[in-house]
Amino acid sequence: MEIPISYYLLLSGILFTIGVVGVLTRRNAIVVFMSIELMLNAVNLTLVAFSKQFNSLDGQIFVFFVMVVAAAEVAVGLALIVAIFRLKQTVSIDKINIMKW
Amino acid sequence: MNPSEIIQNNINSLSYFLPELILTGMIVVLIIADLLLKKENSAWTSLLALGGLVIAFVAVLNQYDLGSRSIFNDMLAVDPFALYFKLLFLTSAAFVVLLSIGSVELAGRPVGEYFTLMTALTLGLFLMASATNLITIFISIEFVSVTSFILATYLKTRRRSSEAGLKYTIYGAFSSGLMLYGISILYGLTGTLDIYEIGTKLAASSANSLALLISIILMLAGFGYKLAAVPFHFWAPDVYEGAPTPITAFFSVGPKAAGFALLIRFFNVAFATEATNGEWAAIAGVNWSQLLAVVAAATMTLGNLVAIVQKNVKRLLAYSSIAHAGYALMGVVLLSDQGVYATLFYLVVYYLMNIGAFLVVIVVQDLVGSESIDDYKGLIWRAPLPAIAMGVFLFSLTGLPPTAGFIGKFYLFAALIKGGPGFYWLAVVAIINSVISLYYYARILKAMYFDQQDEKEPASLAVSPYYVVLLIALVVPTIFLGVYWAPLADLANYSVEFLRAL
Repeated sequence: MEIPISYYLLLSGILFTIGVVGVLTRRNAIVVFMSIELMLNAVNLTLVAFSKQFNSLDGQIFVFFVMVVAAAEVAVGLALIVAIFRLKQTVSIDKINIMKW
Repeated sequence: MNPSEIIQNNINSLSYFLPELILTGMIVVLIIADLLLKKENSAWTSLLALGGLVIAFVAVLNQYDLGSRSIFNDMLAVDPFALYFKLLFLTSAAFVVLLSIGSVELAGRPVGEYFTLMTALTLGLFLMASATNLITIFISIEFVSVTSFILATYLKTRRRSSEAGLKYTIYGAFSSGLMLYGISILYGLTGTLDIYEIGTKLAASSANSLALLISIILMLAGFGYKLAAVPFHFWAPDVYEGAPTPITAFFSVGPKAAGFALLIRFFNVAFATEATNGEWAAIAGVNWSQLLAVVAAATMTLGNLVAIVQKNVKRLLAYSSIAHAGYALMGVVLLSDQGVYATLFYLVVYYLMNIGAFLVVIVVQDLVGSESIDDYKGLIWRAPLPAIAMGVFLFSLTGLPPTAGFIGKFYLFAALIKGGPGFYWLAVVAIINSVISLYYYARILKAMYFDQQDEKEPASLAVSPYYVVLLIALVVPTIFLGVYWAPLADLANYSVEFLRAL
């Protein structure tokens, strides 16, 4: 049975929204990064679904790039979190606030 | 196309990719040199980086003979538009390397990786200026972002620097996630990743305008983040304050200009159709130029208003650079060659005066050890040359004659007025903003020229000859371009021509 593309798009829309809400509401830097990963995976799902729809490989190739870049970004991000933790003994975004306005 | 043709195209493209290859080679050389050199000698890598930038500069100049073409199976474009930005990136990167050599913040730290990453960042900017496929657009933006994250945190033992890095990374990853979702919707609407094909497909078929609008807004998140345009500017002041000052100077110029290059190329190719007399029309259904006009107005207003209350000069310049992104955006909303030309001209002028202002901040940091406006009091009596130079740069940032900033703003306003009554309101907003900006720039000037210095401070401070040479090297073009700007204007005019159709 063929699953219609709208199901995929709906699922990825929901995943993306969860990711965005997570970034905006969670206060732990590591959870924020996990939420960002969720956003990127929602994008990957959309790309693969459209790729199947159009019968072209472009979207799937794009997904590889997204995964590689996400890995690089998280590697840098986690290294920064470690550096911050060494200085302040916390990873809460609310407490990382020397600079305001 | 069969596989052998694709491979042949890639091999043929290599010769048009020479400047990027030189930079890539230089990155490898820098990594090896950093391994071989002893830690205390790592400053020598700066000379290697500088050499690489100079060679790449020559290679870019040679590319002017080649004309416009698309390389690597339509992934990148080599055209006067990209070359103009490449020259801007190389010269600003070279200035920033020179600034870094003397910087007190970096003294005593191993700097091999620093210059390696600087070169890598320049390479990323090159790709941003020439990307013509959604994949290369995404990769180049991320290339620039990830290297910037590390550079912003380079002083990781300082709290401000690591805080800046974390904020930068979170905002960067978030906005790139938003942009990717926009890209995926656009791919769904058109079925292709090539921006030229997207342009033709969108012009031919009437895509769902709501979906297209959402996609454009989401993609603007990614571009707006690079430009530091409202409402994606929140990272800018913190990162500018926390990062090492030479890097701040580069962030305020390089990635911002690259963001403009990408924005202009992408929107004008994918979301506009060419009309007559060097003007374009936005695609039916989505009036994105009005959207950008609102963003421009909001950006300059917020940047200028918040700058008024700042006490830290670096942070003040951060908000002023947000405001200047708003001014430069005015040329993009016009959808005309003249508007793009004004933006191109303004970006070069802005780069000279802004790097100059940050150079003075570095010099004062070196002399006084502070970035607070209060510590600029009576600078004219203690260190006349930096104070006078700062005066020139601030006058230029305000847009007063006879400096380059005046000419830059003049071109922008002229283009805006010529574009018709539709954008008169934007011109009015920009003029009001220029007046506001005079107020906070004048606060620094007043502190430097009219306020009494504290008694306990030493009466005079010695500026090192190295900084004197650099200051003069930036003051002279800032004034000179305000008097005789024709060569730069001609170059900018020539560079408006970018690869439009395949």
